[in-house]
Amino acid sequence: MTPVWLQHNKVRLALHEMRAGAGRPLLHLHGLAERTPSEVPAHLAGWPGPVWGLDLSGHGASDVAAGAGYFCEALMGDVDIAIAHLGPVTIYGRGLGAYVGLLVAGGRAEEVRGAILADGPGLAGGGPSPSSPSVPSAVGPPPPGGTPDPWALYELTRDVRPPDYAATFARQASTRSGLDTAIAVVGVNRPPWLEGVAAEPGVIECTLEDAIQLFARS
Amino acid sequence: MSEAITYPGARRPDRRRTVDSHGLAIAVHEWGDEADPPLLMAHGGFDFAGTFDVFAPMLAAAGFRVVSWDHRGHGDSQHAALYNWEADLRDAVAVFDSVTFDAVPVIGHSKGGSLMLQLADALPHRVSHLINLDGLPSRRSFPDISDHQRTKLMAKELTAWLDHRRSLVDAQRKPGTIEELADRRALMNPRLPVEWLRYLVTIGAREDPDGWRWKIDPTLRFGGFGPWRPEWSMMRLPDIGVPVLAVLGTAPDPMGWATPEADVLSHLPPAGRLVMLQDVGHFVHIERPREVADLVLGVVA
Repeated sequence: MTPVWLQHNKVRLALHEMRAGAGRPLLHLHGLAERTPSEVPAHLAGWPGPVWGLDLSGHGASDVAAGAGYFCEALMGDVDIAIAHLGPVTIYGRGLGAYVGLLVAGGRAEEVRGAILADGPGLAGGGPSPSSPSVPSAVGPPPPGGTPDPWALYELTRDVRPPDYAATFARQASTRSGLDTAIAVVGVNRPPWLEGVAAEPGVIECTLEDAIQLFARS
Repeated sequence: MSEAITYPGARRPDRRRTVDSHGLAIAVHEWGDEADPPLLMAHGGFDFAGTFDVFAPMLAAAGFRVVSWDHRGHGDSQHAALYNWEADLRDAVAVFDSVTFDAVPVIGHSKGGSLMLQLADALPHRVSHLINLDGLPSRRSFPDISDHQRTKLMAKELTAWLDHRRSLVDAQRKPGTIEELADRRALMNPRLPVEWLRYLVTIGAREDPDGWRWKIDPTLRFGGFGPWRPEWSMMRLPDIGVPVLAVLGTAPDPMGWATPEADVLSHLPPAGRLVMLQDVGHFVHIERPREVADLVLGVVA
């Protein structure tokens, strides 16, 4: 099915309607080097409303950023462009998409009605503090079709994610969304940033099924 | 066309060219004889290589091939879809590669100073001397505010940033006369002569039918947020094994870091020297070009 094309600065984004329906959409955010699945995954089938998925910059059918420069706050901007099109959403994010989902839950707290943070590729990023500096002159060639952009894979596995910085976004989501629970952590892995988030008020750790039921009601 | 505006001692580069950095065109500017030993120079954020038009010719006259470049999205370099620190570093290395693979003296001002510090830490075999001009951000110079205040400030900043990102398609900078653009720049550069700022407009801006516009990518904006901490720059300084000269202006300046002397001294490597310039703001090489050029030449000559 042809995606809805959205423009974020110079990058054209692909927003996929995975399942039509009425009510608030669930917005699926894929992990690093993934793309929006072609069908609603079985574990999300219990969401009562429509399900959409966004290919983040440099991923799936979305454009590659010429010259790279990927960072998670820019990907938060990608999601915000999708929210401008869809209206209020609940977010389900895997790996990289979980971190980006957290950022946008804090950045657009009034329009994100719950964010579900799940395991997936790219969850840890570059860790809580800078590593030894390096400047690569090249990465591997892009795959046929151009995505995932190898520079996105390089940069988004090196971006620093301090726990207190991530916790600030959880706090924004809790204080500004009006929800008793704004964020649900449903995965097994707890990189430092997610440990910091899980310890914040307004964040619960639960099963995916419980998170879906909770946010479907809220 | 408007008549050319000149400034005492300012000289446009002797050569201009373009370097491809992973698909992006980076504008490179050179002063001095091409056969002279190279010296690489990085400008600060929201500046461009033309801000070295007085300082660079002084070093060229002392026998250096001075090479600078406009950072991506700045000056005559191509506007990118995205900007981050790692990409700026790769662009810098692409420029270095176009000049030499030997170790060379490197100067950086402000953001360019922090960038070159990281480059010297990552690729020490490419740097023979490191000169940092008011580009050492310090944790101690940042105000301590309560969590409540920080949450409120961040909410405002996040909303403003996301609103800005939503409005970017076909965004353009505001047009104006040379005087208007110079006056706007004076808000962030209040210590610099207005004649200099007007001169900069004729280099860093372009003349459209409806007026002059700064060339810098309209997607770039002051302020912002992110995980970056000022001490992540300073922590690189002790690693540097080549001669280091750090020059800091001590006068308050909107673009300056207000870095305390003690914070630099405690991080200075054995082959390092710190010079604190009194009654000078953030743009040390523009306010005191001769004095700063002599300090640099004292290290690299």
